Amino acid sequence: MTVVENTSAPDLEAELRMAARRHKIMSGALPLGCAAGLIAIWQIGVKAFGVPTYIAPAPSDVAVTFLDKFPLLMQNLWPTLFESVAGFAVGNIAAILIAIAFVHSRHVERAFFPIAVFVNTIPILAIAPILVLIFGPGLTAKVVIAALICFFPTLVNMVRGLQAVSPQALELAKILSASKSEVFWKMRLPSSLPFLFSALKISATTSVIGAIVGEWVGADIGLGALIIEATFNFNSPLLYATVFMSSGLSVMMFTLVTLAERWTVRW
Amino acid sequence: MLAATETIANNAGGPPKGVPAASLRNASVRFGTFTAIDRLELELEAGSFYTILGPSGCGKSTLLRLVSDLIPAATGEVSIFGKTTEEARLAREFAFVFQDATLLPWRSALKNVELPLEIGRNRGSDIPAGTRSPRELLELVGLKGREDALPHEMSGGMRQRVAIARALVCQPKLLLMDEPFGALDEMTRDRLNLQLLDIWRETGTTILFVTHSISEAVFLGQKVIMLEANPGRLREVVDIDLPDERKTKLRDTSQFTQYCGYLRDLLETC
Ligand SMILES: Nc1ncnc2c1ncn2[C@@H]1O[C@H](COP(=O)(O)OP(=O)(O)OP(=O)(O)O)[C@@H](O)[C@H]1O
Ligand SMILES: [Mg+2]
Repeated sequence: MTVVENTSAPDLEAELRMAARRHKIMSGALPLGCAAGLIAIWQIGVKAFGVPTYIAPAPSDVAVTFLDKFPLLMQNLWPTLFESVAGFAVGNIAAILIAIAFVHSRHVERAFFPIAVFVNTIPILAIAPILVLIFGPGLTAKVVIAALICFFPTLVNMVRGLQAVSPQALELAKILSASKSEVFWKMRLPSSLPFLFSALKISATTSVIGAIVGEWVGADIGLGALIIEATFNFNSPLLYATVFMSSGLSVMMFTLVTLAERWTVRW
Repeated sequence: MLAATETIANNAGGPPKGVPAASLRNASVRFGTFTAIDRLELELEAGSFYTILGPSGCGKSTLLRLVSDLIPAATGEVSIFGKTTEEARLAREFAFVFQDATLLPWRSALKNVELPLEIGRNRGSDIPAGTRSPRELLELVGLKGREDALPHEMSGGMRQRVAIARALVCQPKLLLMDEPFGALDEMTRDRLNLQLLDIWRETGTTILFVTHSISEAVFLGQKVIMLEANPGRLREVVDIDLPDERKTKLRDTSQFTQYCGYLRDLLETC
């Protein structure tokens, strides 16, 4: 009590700043510490119970393999990275353009939306072999699969975003005698951006899944192919290292989209 | 038509006489079979401040939307400074201030005020930029220094002032306001009322102002238009014979309270 009473204003301010910094450090340290704890339990558990490496490798084995096989992992990362990014771009651009067409014409929406829903209901694992048959074992099939998996969430969100302009804003546009394209560029498109970015965050990670699933079906290079190979050879440390690499790729794409959002959507 | 336009041009400085700011002849609005406004006869003198009172749902907003060419008249005709509502809209003769400010959230205060100068370029005529720049208008409404603030960083009263500055940017001869201060607290509302009167005096524009508040209607209006409901009809236009220079103290005078009392009684019968 006396301490609080005797604290002068600058001290209090410094105290508050300290508290804020402590809070910031804690909010970063807590999940990291938790993860480190889980890895430690895993390490101790595997060693204590003598679990064979091919069933569950210890984190230390995975780390050693990760460093040992780093060139191999990188060599397989590039194709998957390319397929994910290309699929992300193709799928989202297609979804955005079709969403614009939907918003401009009810007829187009009525004609194509059911088809989009139908395509979305086919499990990606079922459609992947078909696409590999059509496009061959090269990169194209994987790009198409990654694009397909990105497409639907973005389409739905973008349509909602383009329609999210308030009726009053549209009345304002009418009073200002705005043309359709002015309404689109000055009102609909900006108001759709928060919706678009929610969808892009989803597709940043699903596009990697799409590329890997495509590689499972038929590829001799890429993280997906490496996963299959490591599994068949009971090379669990390599399998885990590859999985780690794939999720690193997802996290990187997610982070880039989040940064782009923070930079664009400031309201 | 041409003669009418010239009259306005000649009168641009002083109080325009002759051509009414808005004139409604036998004007009705229907939504399906429902008659929202029934055969309204109304003439607004240019340069005056009109307030509209009436029970909820009597068609006040509908009247403003009819005048601003947002909805068509089922019968009769509406003209603004001698033009049809569409011609007046294309010429930017009027501007509209909504109850919620309707600012674009991603644009700064200044960018929001500039919006009317950026859109509507395909209308066929030049955008009539007013004599005041967007910056000066923000200063006029007391927002100097907040040009770069985004709407979510501003209070409700500030947002509404940005909306007023935006409405003034093309120097409209008729300003339509639909409960612009309805969502604000009383103190903010009183302050903005004074500011609006200053703006009105300075710009010489005609104002048609919808409100739910009887005292606001009396304080602002030179004339109060009372509408009645079901169907929406003109009940009475009440002349408010109070000094033109209106100060906050005016609210305490017996004259003021008499007008309020009269309008309250009238409203109960609408
Ligand atoms: N688009 C519409 N379609 C059908 N009916 C409508 C429409 N707009 C308004 N109305 C009806 O017209 C009548 C008048 O509506 P209006 O919004 O003009 O009332 P108001 O006087 O502004 O009411 P308030 O004071 O509550 O704002 C109401 O009965 C309303 O239900
Ligand atoms: Mg209304």
